Amino acid sequence: MSAGQTSKVIDKARERHSLVVGVILIVLAVFTAWVFGYGTVGDATFRLAMRGDSFKVGDLVVPAAPYAYVVAAILAYFGARLMMRSGSRRANLILGIGLILFITAFLTWATADHSFSLTGMLKSTIIRALPIAFGGLTGVLCERVAVINIGIEGMLLAGAFSGVVFGSLFGGWAGLAGAAMTGGLLGLILAVLTVTYRMDQIIAGVVINIFVLGLTSYLTSQVLAKEAFRHLNDAPVFRAIDIPYLSDFPIIGPLFFQHNLFVYAAFAMVAIATYYLFHTRTGLRARAVGEHPRAADTLGINVFRIRYIQVTVAGMVAGFGGAWFTLGSVGRFDENMTSGRGFIGLAAMIFGRWHPVGALAAALVFGFADSVQQKMALLQTPIPSEFLAMAPYVATIIVVAGLVGRARPPAADGKPYVKE
Amino acid sequence: MTDSQTGVGSAKKYSVSELLTNPNEVDLKTLLLLPAMAFMTALFLGGVIMFVSGVDFTNIAFSYRALLVGSVGSVFALSETLVAAAPLIIAGLSVAIGFRSGLFNIGAEGQILTGGMAALAVGFSFPELSIWVHLPLSLLAGAIVGAVWGGIAGWLRAVTGAHEVISTIMLNFIALRLVDFSLKTDFFQKTGRNDPISKSVLDSALLPDLLTWIDPQLRVNAGILIAFLVVFLIGWLLFRTTIGFEFRAVGANPDAARYAGIRIGWTFTATMAVAGALGGLTGGVQVLGVLERASPGFSSGIGFEAIAVALLGRAHPTGVLFAGLLFGALEAGGRQMQVDTNVGIDLITIIQSLVIVFVAAPILIKSLYPFAFREHAK
Repeated sequence: MSAGQTSKVIDKARERHSLVVGVILIVLAVFTAWVFGYGTVGDATFRLAMRGDSFKVGDLVVPAAPYAYVVAAILAYFGARLMMRSGSRRANLILGIGLILFITAFLTWATADHSFSLTGMLKSTIIRALPIAFGGLTGVLCERVAVINIGIEGMLLAGAFSGVVFGSLFGGWAGLAGAAMTGGLLGLILAVLTVTYRMDQIIAGVVINIFVLGLTSYLTSQVLAKEAFRHLNDAPVFRAIDIPYLSDFPIIGPLFFQHNLFVYAAFAMVAIATYYLFHTRTGLRARAVGEHPRAADTLGINVFRIRYIQVTVAGMVAGFGGAWFTLGSVGRFDENMTSGRGFIGLAAMIFGRWHPVGALAAALVFGFADSVQQKMALLQTPIPSEFLAMAPYVATIIVVAGLVGRARPPAADGKPYVKE
Repeated sequence: MTDSQTGVGSAKKYSVSELLTNPNEVDLKTLLLLPAMAFMTALFLGGVIMFVSGVDFTNIAFSYRALLVGSVGSVFALSETLVAAAPLIIAGLSVAIGFRSGLFNIGAEGQILTGGMAALAVGFSFPELSIWVHLPLSLLAGAIVGAVWGGIAGWLRAVTGAHEVISTIMLNFIALRLVDFSLKTDFFQKTGRNDPISKSVLDSALLPDLLTWIDPQLRVNAGILIAFLVVFLIGWLLFRTTIGFEFRAVGANPDAARYAGIRIGWTFTATMAVAGALGGLTGGVQVLGVLERASPGFSSGIGFEAIAVALLGRAHPTGVLFAGLLFGALEAGGRQMQVDTNVGIDLITIIQSLVIVFVAAPILIKSLYPFAFREHAK
């Protein structure tokens, strides 16, 4: 294919893409005006201040119906623009902004005539996003070296379990270390099975999930439930640490700077992973192993070693993240307490396009859907909360299907490397 | 179809296809010896785990004795084994048929849920139908809805290249939420109840019990007959029809199949639809035969055990039949074990996962028992 033809194909694809996005925006606009605007009365009151703030901020009061009409107008304007002037380069950005506006209109409609704490909901968004973010980061690290990790769920669960056992025995920090070691061990097992024994990566991941679920449930009912060992399931919980000065800011303070160690660790790990993957020599090598292991091998990079190390480290991240379930929130372990969060982490990885920051952002979106879903029941909206709970999964299918921009995994993803 | 999303799929060229047994080359070592060794090793490791968790040697022996007695030791035990095996066999075939075309159906769980709900809806909706009409109609409803649910994943793979592993995992969660939601609607929820419990299936849609004339305690129902029938039908479909040939051709080598004029996209959709139909049928058999109504998450992991069953049975209908019976025996025996010796039934899950490891990575077993697998010079 010549260069001219290629660019023509790209133009065509972009044209179609912006047409699709335009249509979506128009549909959202009609929906907003009709459902959220028409017949809605009252103001939505969002409380911004949290208890214990040093500076109080007032409530945010939004008239529900007019706000919906304004949002509908903006959505319609952008939609029409995209449909007319096809070939826009910013279609995805506009779609993102459009979706955020749509969600604000939805929230305003849902809270019309009520009030709720917006800051509180955003704070719970961050907390709910936490295990998903750790899971997503694990997925990114594994798949960047072309090892598919379906076993994130099991690694989180193992981290939660060993976190509580080590935490009860030797204190919180030992719990953290134990959780990370257990996760790392599972990562190492995944690496042995898939890299050395070239077992099907998906089967290996499924096995890890089933094995960990079976083992932790067995040990919980067999050992932890017994009177003599009950003290093993009672770990100290890491308290929230207020960052000096920063935590005093209204809204931003409670939102970002009044959390326990896990939240700060998640943000730090995402930053470190991004720097490592995209700004260091080793990171470049790791990505080369994920994209074209043969070429990397030819240049003298030890494909097997890099895969082993990175998958093990990824397992440690998952184990650490899993410890949040016990050491970061309730201090005790329950059977299957991760309840599918690892799979959403996998979705966050895809949603975030195999980038640590993207995965974190996706985790926040999913955490937001989760915490809105919790609020819905209180606000008594006609939309069943189950449908909101489905949103992350539907969104992931849409992204994987490439209906709105395609996410591309590393080229060698899932393929074992056979040295010649 | 783009290649960018098929990354996961191409991995199967290396391993899953190695596991599939060609019916024309019967190799007793890989067919029987390996699964048997895998199973024995898993049992041994299960014993080690029991020992580590503080169960003494006598109790370990008693546990395994209870496992044996509870699964095949009496007519009642056999009946329980068959009750547990029926859904595992059908769902195992659902996963196996996916393997045959190189697809990984992790979505049996969701297909069981959606299909089960459909079978349930038909099962409680039409009073005054004869059992000869009502029961088949309910099962058919389950299969059709399951086929649609599975077909979505196949169609997405065919048209957009969305990998079926991801889309079926997501569809599982969507199905779970759909069931939660449905159980709150007036149509499904049992009248006068506030908790998420559905109406009960009418008698005319229940799978008839087979052995209650001997002893009313024997729960084995016509579901196991359906499982046998499905084993036969899928064997025929895979190895005696053009469609089955196309499925296997695409699984063996998609490129060659494409050059031979087989429409890959259509085959992916059809495979997942058939797999989904089997998943939905599993849901129907479970709801109409065992549960008689639905509660949240009533699939209870059958869809995941089915993966193990399909792997252990090497994605061959006969193999899946025996693997399903074995896993059914483990289920039934595990319950007995829990009652008799207080060893948690989750131990069975551990043993099952170890069996998968050893079957999916045969090299582990081969290096543990090199004497059994020594290659003779040809």
